[in-house]
Amino acid sequence: MHSAAIQVEGLGKRYRVGEREHYRSLRDRISSASSAATRFLTGAKRRAVGSHASVLWALKDVWLSVPEGQVAGLIGRNGAGKSTLLKVLARITKPTAGFARIRGRIGSLLEVGTGFHPELTGRENVYLSGAILGMKRAEIARKFDEIAAFSEVERFLDTPLKHYSSGMQMRLAFAVAAHLEPEILLVDEVLAVGDTAFQRKCLGKMGEVAQEGRTILFVSHNLGAITRLCSRVLWLDGGRVRMDGAAASVVSAYQLEGFSHRAQWARPASLAATGDFSFTEVAVQSRTGDRTSLFDGNEPVNIGLVYGVRRRLSGCQVGIRVLNAEGVVIFTSGDADFLGTSAAPKDPGHYRATVQIPACFLAPGSYSVLVAAHLPERSVYEVIEGAVAFEITAPGSLAALDGRLGVVTPLLPWSTNRCEEAQP
Amino acid sequence: MNLETLEVAEAPCRHLALGARQETVASAPPVLLLAPRTRWLTVDTREFWYYRELLYFFIWRDIKVRYKQTAVGAAWAVLQPLMTMLLFSLLFGRLAKLPSQGLPYPLFYYSALLPWMYFSTTLQNTTSKLVENQHVITKVYFPRLMLPLSATLCGLVDFGISFLMFAVILSYYGVRFAIWPGLGLLYFPILLLLTILLALGVGLWLSALNAIYRDVKYVLPFLLQFWMFASPVAYPASLIPPKWRWLYGLNPLSGVIEGFRWSLTGRGDLPYRQLALSAAMILAIAVSGLAYFQAMEVTIADVV
Repeated sequence: MHSAAIQVEGLGKRYRVGEREHYRSLRDRISSASSAATRFLTGAKRRAVGSHASVLWALKDVWLSVPEGQVAGLIGRNGAGKSTLLKVLARITKPTAGFARIRGRIGSLLEVGTGFHPELTGRENVYLSGAILGMKRAEIARKFDEIAAFSEVERFLDTPLKHYSSGMQMRLAFAVAAHLEPEILLVDEVLAVGDTAFQRKCLGKMGEVAQEGRTILFVSHNLGAITRLCSRVLWLDGGRVRMDGAAASVVSAYQLEGFSHRAQWARPASLAATGDFSFTEVAVQSRTGDRTSLFDGNEPVNIGLVYGVRRRLSGCQVGIRVLNAEGVVIFTSGDADFLGTSAAPKDPGHYRATVQIPACFLAPGSYSVLVAAHLPERSVYEVIEGAVAFEITAPGSLAALDGRLGVVTPLLPWSTNRCEEAQP
Repeated sequence: MNLETLEVAEAPCRHLALGARQETVASAPPVLLLAPRTRWLTVDTREFWYYRELLYFFIWRDIKVRYKQTAVGAAWAVLQPLMTMLLFSLLFGRLAKLPSQGLPYPLFYYSALLPWMYFSTTLQNTTSKLVENQHVITKVYFPRLMLPLSATLCGLVDFGISFLMFAVILSYYGVRFAIWPGLGLLYFPILLLLTILLALGVGLWLSALNAIYRDVKYVLPFLLQFWMFASPVAYPASLIPPKWRWLYGLNPLSGVIEGFRWSLTGRGDLPYRQLALSAAMILAIAVSGLAYFQAMEVTIADVV
């Protein structure tokens, strides 16, 4: 009974959906400071009356047990309750029902650079962030050189963080995080940002940590990383554990479902649009604008995105990522990919965007599309994994017919000239 | 009921004494039970002790950041009360000719501005503390009480600096007019403690409220302005007509500030009864603030 590092029994977490939006609307109504006091009173009253807020169980009756030393992965769609589960286990929020028993010192890494302050130097931030993440001062001092070396920014440790590039900040943040030594580590999606080489280094470090016998609960949309790192995977769906078992089998079952060709995704009610950025709709469309999920190889595939922006976001990029049935990323495309132009700031409002995957580019097969909005190397606003899926049913070019190697089958312009006649 | 069973299996600093309920497993790491909140007013001293370094780091960060962001840094702690003192001396003293208990105006005002400035700046900092740190609150656990507490303690640095300035002013008048604090100075730590407790108590209320209603931020400047004029900062409490004294006494700061003036300058009397009432009210505010803060704490990451 007590041998598990994490023992969760009948855990539930309820949110009142109206709660957050209520605060927002109250704020919106206040335009001048002079009327603040009276608004405050009406607002308070309104809150008491407004008990009709709908209730949402982000987690419901979750049972699971992670033995000591296991590295378990947590997968599921957005709004499935993965992050909520981590937040409950990390004690950021209290459960509404059930309980969890944690055996050992627990540390959480739900964000990179938690507690960083731009005015402080790199060195000072290592101490501050380390302390916030639960390290002792002596422990940080002892590991400081190692952290500095790992971060690859040693030369700038006495420079204020605000002068760092975002990549440098990320490295420093990861370096601190990688040296946390709790017995149980909760990790959320932090590997979604940063450059590939450094990502690999961090994954490597995490693998090392795992081998030291620490218990890790790891949430990620990166199914490749999940399969590589975890021996066991839990699939959360609608706030419950849908499947629990060996990594490979759960991931493939999850992917299989992802490919039940959905031409359209609309924001579910369970996924309240509370952030600064939120997707409302994603659709796969044919050239003529019809929603479909079946394409001929010689037709272009259009992906339409509808999203809302609540606050002016500068540098925010919206992108898609296309994966094949094996989970291999075919390509990633962003709305600000042209070199030399930085992304125009996105002002509050609703946006409609379309991106076209050219004809004769994808080989026949199933594809799933991830859509995301992020501030490159800084933060991720929203990721909808497997938002839509489509299938290329017939080859669009000869390249797709003869079984040659390669994941894409583009028709590329060839130019061939005979320069010299053959000598007889 | 659950605290007594806690056994430290490893070195104390490796041990995580945790919030909710705890139980012991023989020679095993600490066990933490996460369950819906059931009790009110629980301060887990063990947990607090474990996180003491974080409190230090929060205070250290705030001081460091402020000194990096301001040109004159520490001088603000002196300039603010000094300028206000000059303004009050000129306006309320020279022009309005308000009584000052026989004290030179600068001394009369500075001795009251000392606690008032601490109280008002600390309250402002404490109130915004939770919202300011929302990105940390939603990403990692630590006793949330650390945040308002750090703001309250951080203000003491400024208080110390402006107190040095007061010592200079006092020495000047001491030498010239033989105004020295007497044994009343012994009350100074108690009065300071009451001020800290009041700032913390009101701060706990407001910081938790501010997390739900950002309106608090807008109300606060008015509240502070009102509160200052409802306290004997710019005038002596003796100016209040006797029949309104009881109402005036409901302001916990009035007794404290009068007490400060008495303690630091040796003039006037210690308003014993008033101070006892203030102390009782401050205690009530602090305890209720703590209870409210803790009730809020549970959902703070969900609403902030």
